[in-house]
Amino acid sequence: MSEKEKRYQELKSIVANYLPDDVSAESISLQSHFINELNINSANLVDIVLDVEDAFDIMLENEDMDQMETVQDALRIVDSKIESRT
Amino acid sequence: MNKIEILKKLPYAEPFLFVDELLDIHSEGAVGKFTFKRDMNFYRGHFKEVPITPGVILTECCAQIGLVCLGIFLLGKDIDETPLQIGMSSSDMEFYIPIYPGETVRVESEKVYFRFGKLKCRVKLFNQAGELACKGVLAGMLKSERNGK
Repeated sequence: MSEKEKRYQELKSIVANYLPDDVSAESISLQSHFINELNINSANLVDIVLDVEDAFDIMLENEDMDQMETVQDALRIVDSKIESRT
Repeated sequence: MNKIEILKKLPYAEPFLFVDELLDIHSEGAVGKFTFKRDMNFYRGHFKEVPITPGVILTECCAQIGLVCLGIFLLGKDIDETPLQIGMSSSDMEFYIPIYPGETVRVESEKVYFRFGKLKCRVKLFNQAGELACKGVLAGMLKSERNGK
């Protein structure tokens, strides 16, 4: 598994913790919109960001949060933070 | 922002205001007081023969002092001219001792984090005798229009 694929799997497992009961973990895809499709509220989106920061040892800013609409957006932000770190 | 200014910014009014006074406020936490008046309406029905302050009202008192007052302080100047938008997002409380009509309670909150508009706090509510009556963790979203979306 590539580094990026590992990150995606880890991100999915974080997101799965915050899904409401009527959304299954299998429905998470790269294109999933956190609020409109996965029914995650803004408070839980903050929890996801905090878990992502811990899991990947990165720090997100307000601008990153504003751009984080889909799983793919989140992954792109994580990738760029990790790359700019090294 | 001082304690009086924070109370003025609270978006509550009777019969749903549960803060009388702020005793301390700083970036890591808040302390405040409230007296449950004997004639408050909910005592007529909770319970029919034995008036005791409902747990949801104690939770609300903790939230108004511990989350909202602290949140207003933390947002600071951002909310000077823009309306405050708030909503409780989670509550996890345990209750130990009943609070009776007429008691003055003290609420202490300790910030866990305030990030991206979400404020999470540990709260404790003490009865008039200074005994711990309930405690828990509360979180809410607090934003002013200029501050976020």
